Amino acid sequence: MSGPRRLVRTAFERVENGFDRAFGPDWNPLHQLGALGWFFYWITIVSGIYLYIFFDTGINQAYQSLEYLTHVQWYAGGVMRSLHRYASDALIIVMMLHLLREYVMDRYRGARWFTWFTGVPLLWLVFACGISGYWMVWDILAQYIAIATTEWLDALGIFGESIARNFLTPATLSGRFFTLMVFIHIAVPLVMLLVMWIHILRQRNAKVNPPIGLAAGTLAMLLVLSFVKPALSQAPADLGVVPSVINLDWFYLAAYPLLDRLPGRVMWAIAASATLFLLVLPWLPPLRRPAPARVDLDNCNGCGRCVEDCPFSAVALQPRTDGTGFSQEAVVANELCTSCGICVGACPTSTPFRRTTELIPGIDLPDLRIQVMRDKTLAAASGLSGNARVLVYGCDQGPDLNRLRVPGVAVLTLPCIAMLPPSFLDFIIMRHHADGVFLTGCAEGDCHYHLGIQWTEQRLAGERDPYLRKRVPRERIGEFWSGLTHGKRLERELADFQDRLRALPPLKRRTVEYTSEGAVRHD
Amino acid sequence: MRASPLQLLGQVIAYAMFAVVIGHFTSSPAYTHLNPGLALIKLSFSHAGQHKGDCRQRTPEELAKLAPNMRRPLDCPRGRLPLQVELVLDGEPLYRGELPPSGLAGDGASMAYRKFPVAPGRHHLVARLRDSDRPTGYDYEKEAEITLIPRQNFVIDFRPALGGFLFL
Ligand code: HEM
Ligand code: SF4
Ligand code: SF4
Repeated sequence: MSGPRRLVRTAFERVENGFDRAFGPDWNPLHQLGALGWFFYWITIVSGIYLYIFFDTGINQAYQSLEYLTHVQWYAGGVMRSLHRYASDALIIVMMLHLLREYVMDRYRGARWFTWFTGVPLLWLVFACGISGYWMVWDILAQYIAIATTEWLDALGIFGESIARNFLTPATLSGRFFTLMVFIHIAVPLVMLLVMWIHILRQRNAKVNPPIGLAAGTLAMLLVLSFVKPALSQAPADLGVVPSVINLDWFYLAAYPLLDRLPGRVMWAIAASATLFLLVLPWLPPLRRPAPARVDLDNCNGCGRCVEDCPFSAVALQPRTDGTGFSQEAVVANELCTSCGICVGACPTSTPFRRTTELIPGIDLPDLRIQVMRDKTLAAASGLSGNARVLVYGCDQGPDLNRLRVPGVAVLTLPCIAMLPPSFLDFIIMRHHADGVFLTGCAEGDCHYHLGIQWTEQRLAGERDPYLRKRVPRERIGEFWSGLTHGKRLERELADFQDRLRALPPLKRRTVEYTSEGAVRHD
Repeated sequence: MRASPLQLLGQVIAYAMFAVVIGHFTSSPAYTHLNPGLALIKLSFSHAGQHKGDCRQRTPEELAKLAPNMRRPLDCPRGRLPLQVELVLDGEPLYRGELPPSGLAGDGASMAYRKFPVAPGRHHLVARLRDSDRPTGYDYEKEAEITLIPRQNFVIDFRPALGGFLFL
């Protein structure tokens, strides 16, 4: 991670810490921006269906039907209308924060470009939904939008006749365009759903639903807002009168005042270049991509654990090609692989106990082979002394671990903490290479590779394959997910962990060997 | 997660801030698109200028050379003349301009779409348009005394079939 990027990320994490304190890491809304986007989308769909039942699609009746909902049926239709509007506004907020955050956190480049790239059209679609929605109210805001938008479209110069002329005088107004708008307002959200689905296609276990508590709180917030400040129409549209002072929805319409000041073509140029810029951003500059994970068929039995754990769906099982007895083999799609190493941590063959001179697992990272990891582990452990010898494992995306280099502590880093196979902990502790192992990395609830912390905790808790064996005393394993901002606390947690280790009775010496028949213990 | 009262308070504050941001920017601050003390004159029409140059009778030899389905006796230039348009308000020029024909070959209609905020009240308005190749003067002209009220959308259209300019 480069210096400036680390700085910006640290700043972002500091803000998130505040939310962590109130919501806890699992409910932290800033960790759930994409999921909140989906949530707001569904609220607008449900409330939109309700509104559509009562909405009169005639241009002269539309306004009246909404007035009826707002004032007569305020307790249901009015609330639905407010929810519809405020959830759409909230969608803009979380979408923009989401975009910014994915950029700042550097989750948009390299193999991850696809999700970013498919997010860009969502911007246009969301705005098209909101703008066509305001158009349907046919109040003075709608009139302003209709005229400004069609003038802007006319500036493209690709339509044979002027579209804005439809809104010249009350006499030229026809229901034709209005019907088109109603159609757009229904069709675009459906297209958007499709693109949202494509957007998360490459993410395993993408978070599309916020945790229930956060969802409930958010919905309650929108409901309260709907009652305190119901969404209203402005004065009805009248093409004989120019809208002068208008209440804009700045989430959707912030660019409209610019249309009054800059030529339409300039605005097209700005919109097009901004879109293009966002589309090519993943390659400005491109991520220096480490080598993707590589499968070694001699050591792969096709068990599929790597497939289960890869956060980017970059490994798949395919029919065996080498004529051995196994039916399947793991295959890495190089262009999808982020080189996080989580698959290596999942592979049952990446165990340091293996007696082969060369430790080659079924799947490995060429830039940091598990054998190198074992060698580094042994070298680091051999330099430790004292009665609370700890090996700390951190990740490249996490805190600077140099400050932890105190006597009795050695530090190692991996691309992601979940690259560490649970058997390493077994090996280190049961073979007395150290008295304890301490794990750290990204902030809790916000692993750079999404699932690394989650998988690690589940493996250690014996809930996920490969399990950490039961015999490993859990009190000799410490963890603290510090992220970039909790360096001080990390030092304290580690010191406390060492204190606890000192208080433990010494571990009985025994050796275990893994052979082809399984584990054999020599006490 | 079991939240402490302090955490709950923090959550309520966060939700409240979110709600305030939404509730505020959903309709404020108000935007002034047109100063409410002004009226708007909008010039908008689409009209094709005359063809550049006259049509010419093809000679029988020329016709014979053309493909049978292309044998039209008149040879007319495709391109159209730009329009000259002038608006004069109370003796002062409000707009004077040349509107080029549309289309890649310059054979389409010229389009006008312009807005002029003006003070309300009584005005003398003259609109003129030339669509021919006459060197000076105009082919169409309309003049009228108009009274504008604030925020009025006063439209100047042009439809030769209805006699030229329309003040709406
Ligand atoms: C309607 C708007 C959007 C919705 C509902 C949405 C939803 C999501 C969801 C659910 C995820 C998965 C998050 C996770 O599992 O942790 C995600 C990831 C992501 N989104 Fe969006 N998104 C939207 C717009 C955008 C936009 C506009 C961009 C940027 C141009 C963007 C860029 C990304 C990136 C870079 C990721 C992460 C990819 C990775 O970690 O490899 N999204 N989005
Ligand atoms: S290193 Fe392994 S887990 Fe990570 S993206 Fe590549 S294949 Fe998937
Ligand atoms: S986890 Fe290892 S053995 Fe299992 S399929 Fe993947 S590479 Fe092969």
